[in-house]
Amino acid sequence: MNTNTMKKDALKLRVRPEFERDLVDASTIGAAEIPLTPLQRLRNNTAFRRGAILVMMALIWQGYALWLNNPLLFPTFSDTVTVMVRDFINGELLGRVMTSMKVLIIGYVIGVALAAVLTTLAVASRLGSDVLATLTAMFNPLPAIALLPLALIWFGLGMWSLVFVLVHGVLWAIALNTNSGFRSVPETLRMSGRNYGLTGVRYVVLILIPAAFPSILTGLKIGWAFAWRTLIAAELVFGVSSRSGGLGWYIFEAREELNTSSVFAGLLTVIVIGLLVESVLFRAIEVRTVQKWGMQR
Amino acid sequence: MSDKDDLVLDVSGVTLQYKTPQYLVTATYRVNLEVHQSDRFVLLGPSGCGKSTLLKAIGGFMEPVEGTISLRGRPVTKPGPDRMMVFQEFEQLMPWKTVLGNVKFPMLASGRFKGRDAHERALAAIDKVRLTKFTDVYPHMLSGGMKMRVAIARAMAMEPDILLMDEPFAALDALTRRKMQDELLALWEQVRFTMLFVTHSIEEAIVIGSRIMLLSPHPGRVRAELNSPGPHGDEAEISHLSKHIHDLLFGHELSARRPAGVA
Repeated sequence: MNTNTMKKDALKLRVRPEFERDLVDASTIGAAEIPLTPLQRLRNNTAFRRGAILVMMALIWQGYALWLNNPLLFPTFSDTVTVMVRDFINGELLGRVMTSMKVLIIGYVIGVALAAVLTTLAVASRLGSDVLATLTAMFNPLPAIALLPLALIWFGLGMWSLVFVLVHGVLWAIALNTNSGFRSVPETLRMSGRNYGLTGVRYVVLILIPAAFPSILTGLKIGWAFAWRTLIAAELVFGVSSRSGGLGWYIFEAREELNTSSVFAGLLTVIVIGLLVESVLFRAIEVRTVQKWGMQR
Repeated sequence: MSDKDDLVLDVSGVTLQYKTPQYLVTATYRVNLEVHQSDRFVLLGPSGCGKSTLLKAIGGFMEPVEGTISLRGRPVTKPGPDRMMVFQEFEQLMPWKTVLGNVKFPMLASGRFKGRDAHERALAAIDKVRLTKFTDVYPHMLSGGMKMRVAIARAMAMEPDILLMDEPFAALDALTRRKMQDELLALWEQVRFTMLFVTHSIEEAIVIGSRIMLLSPHPGRVRAELNSPGPHGDEAEISHLSKHIHDLLFGHELSARRPAGVA
């Protein structure tokens, strides 16, 4: 009985006094911004952080190679860079890079163009969409390099065999991403576009492509990586295309001569080009588009 | 001006059906409505009465299985910039264009206005919705209410024959919604555009509309067409109208339990 009343009293809400206030002057808060120290600003700089990681990795490489002391198996970073710079200056490596890049860009551009045509058809009709879905399901898992023997039969020993294999490597990844990007464009945005009387190619170019740009960019990046990979592998397998070989052939030749630091220089060149395209070219596109539009952080 | 001259939208005997994977749904059944010049015509009804579907059909996004829709005497067959739509979702703005770009886009895309003319019209429309400070800002940096104002400015700048608004304020918070309703009415006072406004809120219908059509659900059929005193009507009149609408839509089984005017 007694405990019961006590419980009831405890459950009763305590009434607290009400109050109204004049607002506190908040105009001084603006002066409370504290500038970042130079060190903090440096640490907020992505390029600096990434660069520091690269320097660190180079140092570890150098240290390990010195400790191993076996240049035939694992040359030092400095040796590799020396060979790389030497071969760039005497034009050998630069020529190889140019040969590879030429094939790469031709293959990439054809791949992107075909992907654009296929996905536009896929947007325009259900048949096109089914065709694209079936083709990507069939060919995307097929390694590009597996088509090389066929390419050699069809196109012979030359640039066009490489281009054929490259197109295969690029096309499906880009088409798949672009198509899924198109399909995730919000219905309201599609209706807005059609409301203004947009149809056909104009509708795709003015509404769908910008709206699906984050996915398209991902597709372009993946396509680029696939292309680069496929090209080096193809060059390694069948080496020379016409008279001048590419970067893969440079690596292959160096191995034949047991010139390990040249093998490393070739690989390093592949990596550096990949890094540049990814973190300079694609990064710049990202900052100017999807990040500015708030479609991606 | 005779009655026929100021007829903007004529919907007669329209039955709409759409397919879901399992069913063929009849959204509206033999709906008739007439919207005249400078009407603030509201389609009001509970969810499932086909009001949004009807708006889509008027927008030209679907074809009626029966009946006709015509705009100023021309039959509606496909979407077009003479009927500008404003949707509920914020995604209707193009994230890759600034506020100015968004407002200009339909004018340029449809070729209705060009170059300097489009630019000046866009600036004027942005000014009308009081977003001049945000002309060069991208939509992701705007609040919900501001995005909606951009969508309205974009539609108004086109000077369409009719503005089709599909629950434009439903995604906003209550305070912002009230403000947007007032702003829309203020704009109407200035420009006197013709609009067809879809909502499921009785309160909003009375505030926004000059004429309110009630639709009953499953399938949507016309229940009544009423005149509204608008926001400046006296309170007794408004609360009476609200109760009347409530009774028409829900019968008496619900009204006993809920105070009138609560949508």
